[in-house]
Amino acid sequence: MKIHSGFRQLLYWVLPILGIFAMISCNSEKNDSTAGVLAGDAASQVYVAPGKYDEFYAFMSGGFSGQVSVYGLPSGRLLKVIPVFSLDAEKGYGFNEETKPMLNTSHGFVPWDDAHHPELSQTNGSTDGRWLFINGNNTPRVARIDLTTFETAEIIEIPNSGGNHSSPFTTENTEYVVAGTRFGVPYPQRDVEINSYAENFKGMLTFIKVADDGGMEIAFQVLLPAFDYDLAHSGKGKSNGWTFFTTYNTEQKNTLLEVAASQNDKDFIAAVNWKKAEEYIQQGKFKEIPARYAHNLYSDKNHSGTSTMMDKVKVLLPSECPGLVYFLPTPKSPHGVDVDPTGEYIVGNGKLSADLTVHSFTRMLKAIENQAFESEVAGIPVLKFEEVVGGVVKEPGLGPLHTEFDANGNAYTTFFISSEIVKWKVGTWEVLDRTPCYYSVGHLMIPGGDSKNPQGKYMVALNKITKDRYLPTGPELCHAAQLYDISGDKIKLLLDFPTVGEPHYAQGISADRIQSKSKKFFPIEENEHPYRAMGEKDAKVVREGNTVHVYMTTIRSHFAPDNIEGVKVGDKVLFHITNLEQDWDVPHGFAVLGANNAELLVMPGQTETLAWEPKTEGVFPFYCTDFCSALHQEMQGYVRVSARDAAVALKWGLGEEITQ
Amino acid sequence: MISLLTLFVFPIWRITLIAPQYPDGVTMFIWINKLGGDSPGVLQNVNILNHYVGMKFIVADSIPELKYFPTIILIMGGLALLASLINRSWMYFGWGVIMVALAVAGIYDFYLWEYDYGHNLSPEAPIKIPGASFQPPLFGTKHILNFIAKSYPHLGGYFAGLAIFLAFAAWWIKTKMDKNENIDRNSIGNPVGNSLQTQA
Ligand SMILES: [Cu+2]
Repeated sequence: MKIHSGFRQLLYWVLPILGIFAMISCNSEKNDSTAGVLAGDAASQVYVAPGKYDEFYAFMSGGFSGQVSVYGLPSGRLLKVIPVFSLDAEKGYGFNEETKPMLNTSHGFVPWDDAHHPELSQTNGSTDGRWLFINGNNTPRVARIDLTTFETAEIIEIPNSGGNHSSPFTTENTEYVVAGTRFGVPYPQRDVEINSYAENFKGMLTFIKVADDGGMEIAFQVLLPAFDYDLAHSGKGKSNGWTFFTTYNTEQKNTLLEVAASQNDKDFIAAVNWKKAEEYIQQGKFKEIPARYAHNLYSDKNHSGTSTMMDKVKVLLPSECPGLVYFLPTPKSPHGVDVDPTGEYIVGNGKLSADLTVHSFTRMLKAIENQAFESEVAGIPVLKFEEVVGGVVKEPGLGPLHTEFDANGNAYTTFFISSEIVKWKVGTWEVLDRTPCYYSVGHLMIPGGDSKNPQGKYMVALNKITKDRYLPTGPELCHAAQLYDISGDKIKLLLDFPTVGEPHYAQGISADRIQSKSKKFFPIEENEHPYRAMGEKDAKVVREGNTVHVYMTTIRSHFAPDNIEGVKVGDKVLFHITNLEQDWDVPHGFAVLGANNAELLVMPGQTETLAWEPKTEGVFPFYCTDFCSALHQEMQGYVRVSARDAAVALKWGLGEEITQ
Repeated sequence: MISLLTLFVFPIWRITLIAPQYPDGVTMFIWINKLGGDSPGVLQNVNILNHYVGMKFIVADSIPELKYFPTIILIMGGLALLASLINRSWMYFGWGVIMVALAVAGIYDFYLWEYDYGHNLSPEAPIKIPGASFQPPLFGTKHILNFIAKSYPHLGGYFAGLAIFLAFAAWWIKTKMDKNENIDRNSIGNPVGNSLQTQA
């Protein structure tokens, strides 16, 4: 045992050194690869002529930006940044009154998060272009983005959880998206000694039911030991009905985890039978426990979000629900868990392991049937390693993290430490090719590469470190994506481009599954916003105590009203701006001097509200911020602010003497 | 007659404005009884464009023709039915002539409206271009500032044309048949003429 841990100490020294070597060797290879690109036809492969469309949408998580960025592939052109978990002054997201409820949680307004894994909705195991889900890691949440509007439509908080990392991976018909806690937390959350970790802390896996209209609801939670649940993927085809979660820190330590949580030779992949869970829920074998969590829903009818505080969840205890959960021993802190398109193979990317372990679903079922258990942990059977393993890819690289698949039975695994992607054959486990990444690749993405039907002829590496790849920008450098052609035998680097924030995972989908459904504007006659103005005839100003409601409209190129008097210092002015335009790509902006929040960016047919609390007397201009027409610069107006006790009546108007 | 009634279903005329910012074009349709576009916001969008140069807002209620033209078309439809029942060659001819006269009057009226919109500009227009007119073409394609304006008949217009053509065809066939009848007094009825009437 002593010798063993000594060897491990050595490994900790050796791995980083190898990493450094790998980087240096990457550096020296860099010029060669550039030459290769110039010699080949890479440029023409990524060239999308002006006015032409990309073949794929790529949705990349923003990591610590909290948002999702949308790119076109193969060009790598940035199409949009969708605000999800973080404030976005550009779009007024989280600043205007309508979207503030979207960021509400049981901890109040939380204006930032760490967004890791985008996941497209699926039908029959194929990406269908309806929604994109993404997890908020820090204050556990899952968001749903509507892909007709590219706007955040829903956010649900995950109770009994800390660090929602193994999320929001979908089942093959988007019956559920999942959430697994990365950090063990006291269950129920309370004031206990941190050192009582093993005794008081638990790990919770959450299944979120997704309705036909996309609506999310926490169906049930599964209470497990306080391991760190790292990543997940659901089964497909033959393994549909199961979801697999990787774990680390099966040592259940609460300090110096980089050493303490790396002691066990094998950690677990938790296999959860969610169809079984449904049966147990039906039979009433759950505990209903109190839990406070926010459920936030945005409506395209009233263009407003609402936040509802929920108060309980259903919890299943594996010790009382036989057959619900099994542990598959998997070498050395497996990070990603990836299921191949057939649903047979479950890849456990043991990030501190020299080899890549692949479990067989068929063997897993057989082991369960034969009760081939090596032990039991917290009432959960641990299957015998040699009974479930389906194959091993021998010494493919250092630090495997994630695997995606193409349509031809090949797998592609990222290696963080050796900074490369390795292509191997599913079933024969032989390494077919490898390609360097610049540098330190985390996730990778092949369009449909985690679904039943990979679409990809492209592969994207999502790199953590860029160092010398681009012009320097001070101490903080961008993260980057690299695009590869995987249609041939050899992986070919085509392009690299900087990304927004830190792209952890990404999803890709052929453009035709989304493009035609993209909304152009909101029909004004369907606007149900309580403070809408359906035309300039509805424009008005209404005082309610110290609150002044301005029902304002925009149309090229004026506000109605554009002159307002009678506002007093100490008033709260709510500008409810309705954009009367009914044409594509004609938003109007609204900004007023001294506003303590942001601008509004109002889409055609939409109503949005900006709160403004003037602090001094004066006449303050407001204007349109989005260049809307030839007369955009004339799109402006004034609000007169008088002393609290001034005898200035409320008046407003447009283009004539202003009236009461 | 069916051809005529299609006027209530299909637009008579179509005006499309094309500019770099409008890759799909802004397409306005003129029906016998209303104005509109290929999407609900088109009239508003055309008016937004027009207001820069001081053109009047196009509002269906301000165009009386949209109210009495449908009546005229209904009357003509009735007359067509009557003509087919009475089945005299002169009636087909007469009906056709009236339709041609109406069409000419209608197109002239359309021209007057276009002229009015294109020339009768607000003195407060934000953009003034000396000597410019913004009258769309009556028929054909024309450059107006940054736009290419295309003005052509649409389905309804074609059907109206077809109705006129069929009327004259019926007159011609009927006349010919009447002559044939004079030659062969044994022949009864005129199936060809009848089938034409049903089509018309
Ligand atoms: Cu504007």
